[in-house]
Amino acid sequence: MRLRVVVPIVVLVALIGLLGYGLTRDPHTLPSAFQGHPAPAIDLPSLVEPERQVRLSALDGRVGLVNVWASWCVACRSEVSELAHLAQQTGVPVIGIDYKDRRDEATNWLRRFGNPYALIAFDGDGTTGIDWGISGVPETFVVGPDGQIQDKIVGPVTAEIRRERLMPLIRRLRGQAAS
Amino acid sequence: MNAVRFLLIALVLAFGSTHVATAGDMDTVDQATQTRYHSLIAELRCVVCQNRSIAESDAPLAADLRDVVRRRIQAGQTNAEIKHYLVVRYGDWILYDPPIQTSTVLLWGGPFMLLAIGLLIVVMTMRRRPISAAPATSSTDTGADTDKLARILAEDRAREQERGR
Repeated sequence: MRLRVVVPIVVLVALIGLLGYGLTRDPHTLPSAFQGHPAPAIDLPSLVEPERQVRLSALDGRVGLVNVWASWCVACRSEVSELAHLAQQTGVPVIGIDYKDRRDEATNWLRRFGNPYALIAFDGDGTTGIDWGISGVPETFVVGPDGQIQDKIVGPVTAEIRRERLMPLIRRLRGQAAS
Repeated sequence: MNAVRFLLIALVLAFGSTHVATAGDMDTVDQATQTRYHSLIAELRCVVCQNRSIAESDAPLAADLRDVVRRRIQAGQTNAEIKHYLVVRYGDWILYDPPIQTSTVLLWGGPFMLLAIGLLIVVMTMRRRPISAAPATSSTDTGADTDKLARILAEDRAREQERGR
């Protein structure tokens, strides 16, 4: 008899809990993919020197960052200082992929907001972006010494992500490479 | 001369525009490949607009993904190879028909589990109330009715006795 009262209440509370948890989640964030897979190739003309090619092999076994950005991307402005800070602190090369952009607007943007990149590949039609599995800009990938994608950050790199996620990962990957 | 020019303009107006609109699409390949292309893009979920397939979506990224599918079909890849390429990059999320694996067991098995629980509850309730329950209720009903009738009759009799006095 008591079971008949308790069971529906327990079920109801569990259901409310589940639905409530569902409300706190952002439906626009996709489950992360692509970690642990080999990084796709980059073979694109450079943004600054169009006659030169930018290739991922420029990393040459070093830990590196690949950052997909565009001058039309407002959120990208906020991460420039973080990427610059990270590059300065750790010395990791940051390769930029300028996604679906115009050269003149992109170069103006770099002049205005700063250039944290070691190299910038110009991906005018966005094919390389798709090959990297991006769903928007900015996205940042950590490429390990083995050429595999170790982490992927969707959205701008914040100070917190830099400190608590990127710095420790870069240190760990370098430790592995050294040993 | 004018007639020829008119004819040319008419031809361009009639066929030119539609040709341009679909030139990037699959109109140069055979019917079977076209059908395959259209069914494949209907199975892939648009990653930015959610709950629409890349076939339905107008988002630029969906157009790019359609291009990727088209180019890979033209390069001779199978549907499985194309899906694998996209799943590695975007996760199972991109498939409208996710595969059965440890992370999707609840998704596929959940409805059957709920059905089993429902059946179990039905069976348990049926067992607790045996078949004799039905006649038992009707007998108590008649019992209550007889009691009520007897009470009314007794009240009537009492009233008559009072009047008779």
